[in-house]
Amino acid sequence: MGQTPLRKKRDLLPYALVTPALAITIAIIFLPMFQTITYSFSQYILYKPQEKGFIGFENYKAALSDPLFASSLLHTFVWIVSIIVFQFLLGFTTALLLNRRFAGRGIARSLILVPWVTPSVITALMWRWMYDGNHGLINQLLAKFGLIKEFIPFLAQTSTAMGSIIVALIWQGFPFFAIMLLAGLQAIPDELYEAAEIDGATKSQRFFNVTIPMLKPVILTTILLRTIWVANSLDIILIMTGGGPGYSTYTLPVYSYIKAYKGMDFGYSSTIAVLLTILLMIIVTGYVRNILKSQED
Amino acid sequence: MKRTHHPLRMALGTYLPILLIVLFAIGPYLWTFISSITPETDLYRAEFRFFPEHPTGENYTRLFTKLDFTSNILDSLLVALFTALLGLGITVPASYSFSRFKFKGRNPLLMQFLIINMFPIMLLIVPLFVMMRVVGIMDTHFALIIAYSTFTIPFSTWMLTSFFNAIPIDLDKAAQIDGCSRIGALVRIIIPVAMPGIVSTGIYIFITAWNEYLYAAILTSSKIRTIPIALQNMIGEFRIEWGLLTAGGIISALPVIILFFFIQKQLITGMTAGAVKG
Repeated sequence: MGQTPLRKKRDLLPYALVTPALAITIAIIFLPMFQTITYSFSQYILYKPQEKGFIGFENYKAALSDPLFASSLLHTFVWIVSIIVFQFLLGFTTALLLNRRFAGRGIARSLILVPWVTPSVITALMWRWMYDGNHGLINQLLAKFGLIKEFIPFLAQTSTAMGSIIVALIWQGFPFFAIMLLAGLQAIPDELYEAAEIDGATKSQRFFNVTIPMLKPVILTTILLRTIWVANSLDIILIMTGGGPGYSTYTLPVYSYIKAYKGMDFGYSSTIAVLLTILLMIIVTGYVRNILKSQED
Repeated sequence: MKRTHHPLRMALGTYLPILLIVLFAIGPYLWTFISSITPETDLYRAEFRFFPEHPTGENYTRLFTKLDFTSNILDSLLVALFTALLGLGITVPASYSFSRFKFKGRNPLLMQFLIINMFPIMLLIVPLFVMMRVVGIMDTHFALIIAYSTFTIPFSTWMLTSFFNAIPIDLDKAAQIDGCSRIGALVRIIIPVAMPGIVSTGIYIFITAWNEYLYAAILTSSKIRTIPIALQNMIGEFRIEWGLLTAGGIISALPVIILFFFIQKQLITGMTAGAVKG
């Protein structure tokens, strides 16, 4: 930017313009966040107000020896890794295809974006209806093609529930990967490909030596954004299975939500939320540090 | 990319996979739509058929006559509209400041808007619930507008800053030479130029507020009922009326998809700008 005439000494205008946004974020984000941290060190069950009070690390100790916390943590990892891997693969394939020239490309791109704007509740309901164990489309089709003899209650048995929800979430999120990567692909100058071709690079060599390295920053940023989003997403799980059957689709956000909403146990719910946040912070800072390191090399 | 491809290779290598992906993307909608125009009893028949013998609009009429879906739409509309207006009103000046001025604390301030964007909703929802009960605004439109601002303000600040950054600073200078104050330059020159970006951001906020479920489930109960909650409530204890639900799903997803088609270009530019450059 260099020298800007918009700048004066002891200028208060920039601060004045930022103040409303800052004041609101402090009131509705930072204060609640500190409140949650306080709750996480308290016994706070809504219908037992007389027992409310500071209990130190009791909730944290409870979490560490809570088998449901451990299995929710495991589910959270499975959830994040499988969704990100498949969204990336499908999104990248889509981006590569959309980067070619063909008739109807604009329409195809618009239609592919549809899942991404679909309200979570609708996503959950649509898939729940398709997975239905008695009349669902997926069962009907599988039966029609003779692939199954008996209908599968996809969301009602522990062995298939998690996988089924993961498919719904892959559906919802792959368009985001597709558009981000498509934008990245289109930003790669044609000259690079031409130069590589003159040097006699084959198609796959051009892909691995030009496309991938040029796309790397976009890939890394997109994966980071999606990881945060997927780790926090819980509405689709809540509506599709509510965490069940049993506890087979409990992730940490789901556990925290159910503790607060059904159990009215605000203290323990807050502890889970804080632990989830710390976990995310560790993943994010580790990830960002790795990116920075690889860029230095 | 300028070479011509063999037609067959083009068909198998490009069109077929694209077709499959498009089908995957919109297939659930097609099925939801077909279900919504199928008579309720036909949905649960033993023999399976793709298209209903007698397509019907009864699910849609029932949605508005038997259920109070109109008031759900109004609730959603009010909340989404005011969330967007509040969000823009607050973040336009802030983003302009971030884009145009160098001031002490600028980078950390901008950075915190990015970081709070990644806080889990569970970190905020319980205290907000407690806070709103104390203040006495539970189950009001206002409660949802406030709650939705927790994610729209950080997002919108980043989005708008990237739009403002794309406008040459010479424009501000020219306005000032012509005698505009700095605020005058923002209002009379920069905002009109940035309008497509501002409108797109506003529509995006509208869409996210329209779609939101979790806060609404906790902060509202009987007086306010947005569409996602109304749909969720249609899932009965023992029986789910899929005809009604799919009709409701189509009605509520349609405006969002149409709005999105108008802004997709702007939105994608704004969102990918940072990632592609970075």
